[in-house]
Amino acid sequence: MSKTHVTTTINGDVTEFLCEPADTLLSVLRNELQLTGTKEGCGSGDCGACSVTVNGRLVCSCLVLGVEAQGAEIGTIEGIESAEKLHTIQEKFLEHAALQCGICTPGLIVSTKALLDENPDPTEEEARYYLAGNLCRCTGYDKIIRAVLDSAKVMRGAA
Amino acid sequence: MVSVVYKAPDSIQAAISILSEAEIATKILAGGTDLLIQMQGLVNESRLFVDIKKIPEMMQATLGDQGLDLGPSMCCAEFTAREDIRAVYPGLVEAAFLIGSTQVQGRASVGGNLCNSSPAADTIPALMVNAAICVIAGVKGERSVSVEEFVTGVGTNCMEKGELLKLIQLPRPAKNTSDAYLRFIPRTEMDIAVAGAAVSVTLDDEGVCTAARVSIGAVAPTALLVQEAADALIGTKLDDKALQAAGDAASAAASPITDRRGTVEYRRHVVGVLTKRAAQIAATRARGN
Repeated sequence: MSKTHVTTTINGDVTEFLCEPADTLLSVLRNELQLTGTKEGCGSGDCGACSVTVNGRLVCSCLVLGVEAQGAEIGTIEGIESAEKLHTIQEKFLEHAALQCGICTPGLIVSTKALLDENPDPTEEEARYYLAGNLCRCTGYDKIIRAVLDSAKVMRGAA
Repeated sequence: MVSVVYKAPDSIQAAISILSEAEIATKILAGGTDLLIQMQGLVNESRLFVDIKKIPEMMQATLGDQGLDLGPSMCCAEFTAREDIRAVYPGLVEAAFLIGSTQVQGRASVGGNLCNSSPAADTIPALMVNAAICVIAGVKGERSVSVEEFVTGVGTNCMEKGELLKLIQLPRPAKNTSDAYLRFIPRTEMDIAVAGAAVSVTLDDEGVCTAARVSIGAVAPTALLVQEAADALIGTKLDDKALQAAGDAASAAASPITDRRGTVEYRRHVVGVLTKRAAQIAATRARGN
């Protein structure tokens, strides 16, 4: 079967790729574009390791087809830092040791950014519900939530 | 994953042409949160995917004096953020907010939840108590069916080849009317209903219930509209006795199965409790309107 040509914008850069219509956006990011920061966990939309934004909306890239990226704006973990400087969320995840094995971390950081873009001052409960689709099997979540709430505080200039 | 032929028409007419002329098995792609998982298990098969998200009417919702015209494919994240819709149909919005995670709600839609036709779909009972109408477009024109007629069994509905659910219409609720939806899951987030109940009630100025609709989910092959439960509420002030009678009627109407989520006995009991509580919440909301 012939491949489909897709033109999209990833982290602000216009990007073109070829993919099979059945390829997921996750597979295109990792295997065609070598953007391997986005991780594959469950492949069924349950774990959130593959979280990206499509036109500003948080989604699991394992549940999006690569062809659906045509004309869209995609945001991945690689676009979170700017000018080789870590984003506040990344710094806070390090500071609070909010990771152990690290597989869930890119997805959690992308999701946290989406949360704080929508709600700069979430309660702990709001943060926990918003991030319920990002599973972590190491930390027990407590340090993650501390890093998220501390990021929020710094980002809204309240720290 | 299957081999896919992908088409993304930009009008309902174009979508119907593609759907009706398709020569291979065809699937309509809305949010894909059910479809892509269902397709993962298939090998050596091909499907035509018709992505309907480029069709503007499929993605919009308009609330007016007559009620809500909901584009079936608007994602739940956008739908649940609509304060105007929440003010009128809080039960339907809370049902949509229970579907999956933030990520899943970024793709999944009320129309997709309806067309996937799972017995445990959260929005179907909430659509039923709001007397929602499904407008289906096809080559021969349009037809409208109630949600009760739309869902026909476990994962099945009345849609035929070449047809597209183009609109979900909800009438504007009468004065002093509100709705609520509750489901039970063993954890607090991201699970599939063990049982669910939606209730809509209309109260008069004395607080007497003059109209009610009760629908239960995950306790039968399809969500069920339970007239006996509604009748137990109508004419009462929704006192404990009336609520208990409505809950008992919901339990009696349930025909659940035993699976890893719960037993027959458990589901039958829980659906009655949920019905009582959803009726109380709907009544509290109706009094505040």
